[in-house]
Amino acid sequence: MQLSRKSLLILPLLCAAVAPAPAAAQTAADAIFTVNNTWMLVATLLVFMMHLGFSFLEVGLTQSKNTVNILFKNVSIIAIGLLTYAIVGFNLMYPGEFSMGGFFGFAGFGIGTDASGLTAEYSEGYTYWTDFIFQAMFAATAATIVSGAVAERIKLASFLVFATVYVGLVYPFVGSWKWGGGWLQEMGFYDFAGSTLVHSVGGWAAVAGVFLLGPRLGKYVNGRIHPIPGHSLPLAAAGMFLLWFGWFGFNGGSVLSADPGLVSLVFVTTCLAASAGIVGAMITTWTVQKYPDLSMVINGALAGLVGITAGADVVSVLDSVIIGAVAGVLVVFSVIFVDRIKMDDPVGAISVHLTCGIWGTLAVGIFSPDHSFVTQLIGVLAYGAFALTAAFVIFSVIKATMGLRVSEADERRGLDLSEHNMEAYPDYQIMITR
Amino acid sequence: MKLVIAYIQPAAFHDVKQALTEVGVGRMSVANAQGVGQQGGYTETYRGAELEIVLRKKVRLEIAVNDDYVERTREAIIEGARTGNFGDGVIFVVELAECYRIRTGESGSPAVG
Repeated sequence: MQLSRKSLLILPLLCAAVAPAPAAAQTAADAIFTVNNTWMLVATLLVFMMHLGFSFLEVGLTQSKNTVNILFKNVSIIAIGLLTYAIVGFNLMYPGEFSMGGFFGFAGFGIGTDASGLTAEYSEGYTYWTDFIFQAMFAATAATIVSGAVAERIKLASFLVFATVYVGLVYPFVGSWKWGGGWLQEMGFYDFAGSTLVHSVGGWAAVAGVFLLGPRLGKYVNGRIHPIPGHSLPLAAAGMFLLWFGWFGFNGGSVLSADPGLVSLVFVTTCLAASAGIVGAMITTWTVQKYPDLSMVINGALAGLVGITAGADVVSVLDSVIIGAVAGVLVVFSVIFVDRIKMDDPVGAISVHLTCGIWGTLAVGIFSPDHSFVTQLIGVLAYGAFALTAAFVIFSVIKATMGLRVSEADERRGLDLSEHNMEAYPDYQIMITR
Repeated sequence: MKLVIAYIQPAAFHDVKQALTEVGVGRMSVANAQGVGQQGGYTETYRGAELEIVLRKKVRLEIAVNDDYVERTREAIIEGARTGNFGDGVIFVVELAECYRIRTGESGSPAVG
């Protein structure tokens, strides 16, 4: 293989030697376009893998009697996300032209391109199809974030209706304000890979869902918190590692080309922030709580990742460590706080994605000299106001029409049996003897 | 014929099995069990909140023996399971009215073996 790799390297040089100069430049440009596009497709694969990470994390941090239900939701969401993004999402998020002062734009239903969409004429980093599929992978993550927060008590059908409307319409609509070139983009708001556009948007919906659903049975009794332990911390840890793995594409792909300097910098800031998030959470849980809690450290890694997502390409390496560490500390206090106010979030989605999404977005204004804190704050508030309201309205309508929550008896029995009439572990029992 | 029922610490199972084998008791039924005795429950923590665990994990042994094997079975279980702390477990010995071996059709003492 060494030989063929070498000959590949030599090939452009040979072309350069024999061909006239303009053609050589063209060949080089084509090669760069291919490299860029290939990296964007690899990044797409990595973001796709995050859905398995989310699934594992959610399954691991919840009870075994709800495992089928959780997997069913996660499997459905990827389908809902990709299909709705093809039907309306992509053209709603990237409309090209805006009306209503950069607030709304829609380029029509469906996707498609002519030959120009397949060359560097469309973009130097990717083809039209790559653009679509990379962004579509992002879209589904916003609803997946909600899934964990409302787990173990929401009706399957109600959740799927919510996910469809939220991913299909709300996510791309608010996304267009920044990434689509809308009013927040004009204002100078910065969100590199979606601390706000993806994570906070999902987090706000989680707040609305958790509030309208109420806590799981037996979680808060007589003013006391009764924890409901997740059934597989190994799965939760595997989920964290998969999410981190996927984040190389989530942030690395958000460079929107294979730009060597930027992509490698983003890899470094992303990993250091995740590591600092772990350390921040570790120190916090070990000092504030009686024992060092693994689930908190797992949340800490994700907190660091969410935190760095807004500014991974515009902050220094030291800044990324600070952003991650603060996120790691924040997430532990946030989990404790959310529990205190009796918002039952089994996986800590609100703390990881909303609290740290807000922190990461504001951190761009603090650490990057090119961006304004006030503009970042305006963005955070605008997204908060709209996403929370939209999620609240959608969930309320579902609650009033089809109901949001399963019956008490069904919740006790577990959603696997009540919603699906099947079990995740029908022939598997952990033996405690050897 | 007697049925010896013992609840022991899961961690003691290996030693109990060893001790039983040494005195010639090689047949047993084993099940996971949960229970609470003098030792009481305990607390775990999960995401910063305390979790009261009333029932501890135990292993339940059931061994059917002929009368002349009762003592050595009992002593072997005690030898393997005893640490001197609360929670070492309990042994119940009850009369066994009947016993049938399904494969051979034997009954009574020969069926116990």
